[in-house]
Amino acid sequence: METIPAVNQLESTAAVSASAVIRVEDAHKYYELGETRVHALRGVNMEIHRGEFVAIMGASGSGKSTFMNILGCLDRLSSGRYLLEEIDVSEHNKKALALIRNEKIGFVFQGFNLLARTTALENTELPTLYAKIDKTERRKRAADALTMVGLVDRARHFPSQMSGGQQQRVAIARALVNRPSILLADEPTGNLDSRTSVEIMDIFQNLNDKGLTIVLVTHEHDIAQFARRVLVFRDGKIRKDDPVLGRPRASEVLKTLPTLED
Amino acid sequence: MNYGALFRSALIALLRNKMRSVLTVLGITIGIAAVICVVAIGNAGQARVQQQLNNLGDNFVWIEAGGRAVNGVRTGTHDTKTLVMADAVAIKNQISLIKGVSPNVDDPVQVVYGNQNWHTSYRGVSPEYFEIKRWYVDQGALFSQDDTDRAADVCVIGRTVREQLFGVENPVGKVIRVSGLPCKVVATLHPKGLSLSGQDQDDTIILPYTTAQKKIKGITWLDDILCSAVSPDVVKMAGQEATAVLRDRHHLRPEEEDDFNIRNPEDIIQAQLDASKTLTILLIAIASVSLIVGGIGIMNVMLVSVTERTREIGVRVAVGATEAAIQLQFLGESIMLSLVGGAAGVLFGVFGSYLVGQTLGWPMEMSIEAIVVAALFSVAVGVFFGYYPARKASRLDPIEALRYE
Repeated sequence: METIPAVNQLESTAAVSASAVIRVEDAHKYYELGETRVHALRGVNMEIHRGEFVAIMGASGSGKSTFMNILGCLDRLSSGRYLLEEIDVSEHNKKALALIRNEKIGFVFQGFNLLARTTALENTELPTLYAKIDKTERRKRAADALTMVGLVDRARHFPSQMSGGQQQRVAIARALVNRPSILLADEPTGNLDSRTSVEIMDIFQNLNDKGLTIVLVTHEHDIAQFARRVLVFRDGKIRKDDPVLGRPRASEVLKTLPTLED
Repeated sequence: MNYGALFRSALIALLRNKMRSVLTVLGITIGIAAVICVVAIGNAGQARVQQQLNNLGDNFVWIEAGGRAVNGVRTGTHDTKTLVMADAVAIKNQISLIKGVSPNVDDPVQVVYGNQNWHTSYRGVSPEYFEIKRWYVDQGALFSQDDTDRAADVCVIGRTVREQLFGVENPVGKVIRVSGLPCKVVATLHPKGLSLSGQDQDDTIILPYTTAQKKIKGITWLDDILCSAVSPDVVKMAGQEATAVLRDRHHLRPEEEDDFNIRNPEDIIQAQLDASKTLTILLIAIASVSLIVGGIGIMNVMLVSVTERTREIGVRVAVGATEAAIQLQFLGESIMLSLVGGAAGVLFGVFGSYLVGQTLGWPMEMSIEAIVVAALFSVAVGVFFGYYPARKASRLDPIEALRYE
């Protein structure tokens, strides 16, 4: 059987160790809003190991979005430490953080955030433009990533010619193209209907099975159930941290859902 | 960041809003076109003045017989009889800055050929005169030093005289009467056109100065001495040295005024040239204003573009674009805008100056410098006015940018 190089890569990194990909120690984050200080994170301690699939839940204002931004190196802690693959990134400057985002982190957003009038392939290629990768290798990686989400036949399509589910799959391919250590998904199913949501979760479960570490923010309980572990945030702290028991397979759930007729 | 990809994404971004891009670029286009036209017209104007300077003569130094004061009554110029051939010889021999000297005797005269007659002026000179004035023969051959030495009855006629007396007939070898003296026409001169003061320089007949002195005017002195300095820079100095030589030869005491005048017709033309240059610079300055206005237009559109594409910037930063990469991307777009504007401006400018050249009948010369400078300037405008929007884009907070609606 032909295996895709990117998948091989994921499997091999998964095999290296079960050490913590993410370790957060006594994380605090506060914003100064005029006179008042808003506490978004009030002492978070947690670890995520390689190959985990974690769902983060919580009401708005619970600090889960802030936490995701910290994990994604888009924001920095006010105090505490964040270690990504045993490297303390709390003290990294902007340029170093950009490099980490490029090499180690894949983002999937609620609103897909694809570039309009740019093909699926070119959208997938975007992160490679900021890495030192030559043109043929870029094309190859982008095509591989699209294959992984089952959209290689749509490579030349523009976002406006694709459904929401397809656009989100292109976004996932974009997140995978630089072979990241973790995939961060912020409400990836928020703009999708329930069947398409499950399809996206199926892709996540398959990637996770191949060894990819995934952190997912959602406020839908049934979506969170597809993960292996659920963290619940409230008032800037982790209130619950439970493994998912009786985790459903998205592929099985899909069979029970009626197919959309078009 | 990959430069090919950068170029491509800039192009796509600009093509997304074709109309907007075209309108933005228009300011730069008009500015560059205006500058190129002004430079071309200015250069053509200067070339014309330069040509008149050339026409005037070869580093021309003009010594003219002066006026006199007889019992307090002052005469006009050309009334002294002290300027003689020996002075001309002395100037030629003693002043190393002067390479050519011709005496000059002139007066108005009536010329007759067959049943035609014409009022013109004659000029008695030595053969060197034609070199000093850079005047070339059309037909025939100029009179020689030998002709001058023996006061031969020969003459050379200008285009106007030729047309008035001969029409289409070939004048070479024919005899005309110059104030009663029969003279053989040995050559016709290449037309010089109007002088700066509007005189027809071709309305003249030229004879050996000896003939003019002895057989027509009946004098022993000269009206003028026309000289040619060795280079344009020493024209003034040659004039000063000639003054010293002549004062010495004419035994003038220090308190006495010169009995001759040194004229500098070149000064007048030089002043015209300077005025023309100043005017050109002024016009370039005015045209440059439109470049600045065009640049502000680019800045405005780039600021709008940054705002419109806030989410795109957020995504790019999230997937690993550094501040420098974002800045380069937007700077690339503004440079591309201004460069396209500049290129269109060069095209319109070349076309425009060609049209002006055709209309005015001036020979237009496109200067490569102007085009290169225009291209560089448009890049500079792109960098200068694109810098602030690009910086703004690169400083966006990615979290805010991703949330931006």
